Amino acid sequence: MILAVARTHLARLRRDRAGFTLAFVVPIVFFSVFALLFGGPRGATRRIPIAVVDEDRSETSRRFVDALGREPSLRVQTSRPGAGSSEAAAWDRSSAQHAVREGDFSVALVVGRGFGERPIRFGGSGDPPNLTLYADSADPIAPRLVLGLLQKVAMTSLPDSVASSGIAQMERWGAPLTAEQKAKLEERLGRLRAGSPGAPAPGAADASGLVAVETKDVLGEAKKNPASALLAAGLGVMFLLFSSAGAGGALIEEAESGTLDRILGTRVTMGALLAGKLLYLSGVAVAQLVIMFVWGQLFFGVELTKHLPGFLVMTVVTALASSCFGLVLAAASKTRMQLVALSNLLILVMSALGGSMVPRYLLSETIQKLGLVTLNAWAIDGFLKVFWREEPLWRLWPQVVVLLAAAALLFAMARRLARRWDAA
Amino acid sequence: MASPPIAARDLTKSFGARRALDGVTLTLGAGEILGLLGPNGAGKTTFVRSVVGRVRPDAGSLSLFGFAPSDRDAAALRGWVPQEIALYPLLSPRENLVSFGRYQGLRSDDVAAAAERTLAWAALTERADERTDRLSGGMKRRLNIAVGTIHRPRLLLLDEPTVGVDPQSRERIYGMIEELRSEGVSILYTTHYMEEAERLCDRIAIIDHGRIIADGTREELVRSTLGKSRVLTVDSGAPLPEGLRQKLAERGATMKASAAVVPVEEPAKDVPEILDLFRREETPVADLRLATASLESVFLHLTGRDLRE
Repeated sequence: MILAVARTHLARLRRDRAGFTLAFVVPIVFFSVFALLFGGPRGATRRIPIAVVDEDRSETSRRFVDALGREPSLRVQTSRPGAGSSEAAAWDRSSAQHAVREGDFSVALVVGRGFGERPIRFGGSGDPPNLTLYADSADPIAPRLVLGLLQKVAMTSLPDSVASSGIAQMERWGAPLTAEQKAKLEERLGRLRAGSPGAPAPGAADASGLVAVETKDVLGEAKKNPASALLAAGLGVMFLLFSSAGAGGALIEEAESGTLDRILGTRVTMGALLAGKLLYLSGVAVAQLVIMFVWGQLFFGVELTKHLPGFLVMTVVTALASSCFGLVLAAASKTRMQLVALSNLLILVMSALGGSMVPRYLLSETIQKLGLVTLNAWAIDGFLKVFWREEPLWRLWPQVVVLLAAAALLFAMARRLARRWDAA
Repeated sequence: MASPPIAARDLTKSFGARRALDGVTLTLGAGEILGLLGPNGAGKTTFVRSVVGRVRPDAGSLSLFGFAPSDRDAAALRGWVPQEIALYPLLSPRENLVSFGRYQGLRSDDVAAAAERTLAWAALTERADERTDRLSGGMKRRLNIAVGTIHRPRLLLLDEPTVGVDPQSRERIYGMIEELRSEGVSILYTTHYMEEAERLCDRIAIIDHGRIIADGTREELVRSTLGKSRVLTVDSGAPLPEGLRQKLAERGATMKASAAVVPVEEPAKDVPEILDLFRREETPVADLRLATASLESVFLHLTGRDLRE
């Protein structure tokens, strides 16, 4: 019976060319355009969470880390959340790297041993850098922003070191200072050390290269085209929601034409009817995502075949949840026009909040948290785990549980809303 | 004795303040075609929808072959042809039939053959694979009926099945219904058209304001309501004076705005007497018609309204 409903709708889809186009071609066109144009968003204002490891433990490194902590654009964590700030719970190089790999932080900074001795380097010293930035380039913005901020903080928090290094360079390439000059300088540097570390120093705006930083990508170095998988997931989910809402609208047409009444006068119950529609919508949604990712693999470097099991798991749960969402909208709307208005509004807002339009890491922390109420965010996070973090299948459980629970809840809501079509 | 295809007793149903069914008691016998006549809003469709299980009566009892209307067994035995063209417009007639055949629980092996048989019955085989929304109105009507019979129901509910249909298609539909009758299918037939009811139905029930006000064969209805075999319609072209109305009413007449419909048994004797009443009340006679008593006159006599009002 359920299969019969699904098969009828499949036959309908073949006749509805506009619906067919919307379902399969438009998402691909959109995806291609976005993939070609995506050059990195700008102008984001948010606090970047950063794990900081101080291996040097010098007075200078402490001042540097403290100043980082006062930087309004950063949310510095020197110890693991919930563990207090005791030494035992502090991040170390490997745990910080792990946290980045897990997606808890976009970047982790390790202040290496020897930083306090020579924090500032003018010109090519030949020594290896003693600041290491571990980055997850799934977020291409955060590492670049942090790199710039490190230069700024070095300048403003360690003016004495900047001056010392400058004088050392002068002595090296010019003439050594006299003892009297050195004494006076030492006195001035002492004042600088005692001064306000947060105050802007002359030239800070152009302080690039004062501190040498080595950046290491902990995840994406070997990936061909990482942004494409994220785009495919983000746009795919958004279009899934749109097409599910549109296809769910067949319910409204059936009600208006009297066909729904007639179906319910046969042996088909409302529960079976909705389940049949869910089966059909989910099948179309799975096909949409598969086609989208195959397209992505063919033309935009999405590594689909390498991540097939995880992709299938996420595709099925995402398809189920978005189809149930479409059913709820259709059951809640009295006319097609209502459905169009309601679905446009909800889906666009959900997509904006949930990371389908703009990656969530560009949004403020509050909006990022708010985004977790959307199906988009959970689906995209799941695809991210599969394609970006390459996590084992079982690590998808939070996304799978949330999306399946959302599907069950939405289906129950749709059934309840559809009570208006039950026998009067 | 086997349970009848439809047994309704004291059915009532209200929608808000409006009482759609007001104590309907009606039985449809096996193999019988029962015409349910009534003006718009009389309760015909509400009764049919109750039989289909799409309306839950507030009180009374209703059974189909002994089953409750919502029972799955009742659904299998019952076919419903709603007043609207309730089909999938983008699907072909064959696909519509197959879909509804599956909804009625036909197995995959049987549904294709059933569709083929039903297409032939409805004379739609040649257009079986076109889109339904591209068929003519008459063809859509035939398909609408065919979809209700794909599973060979023992009871068929036909709700105004010939509305908006050209005479040729109407004849074809009458032919389809005659075939169903010959197969022993019990049919509840609602219509506005007296001639349809007279031609097709074994028995007629007249419903008005949610009540069955008459139930019987055509002859029984004429005899029990008019008592005479003919009716004389006298139209004065202006409102009839009260005195004349009273005298005509004594002869069992039904009044319209400017006309009276009077049952007559012996025209040669009764017609001059009636015309004499007009003459005495100084009321002009603009038009005069003598006709055999029909369901139309029964209906008018019972409700004071024309059926199509």
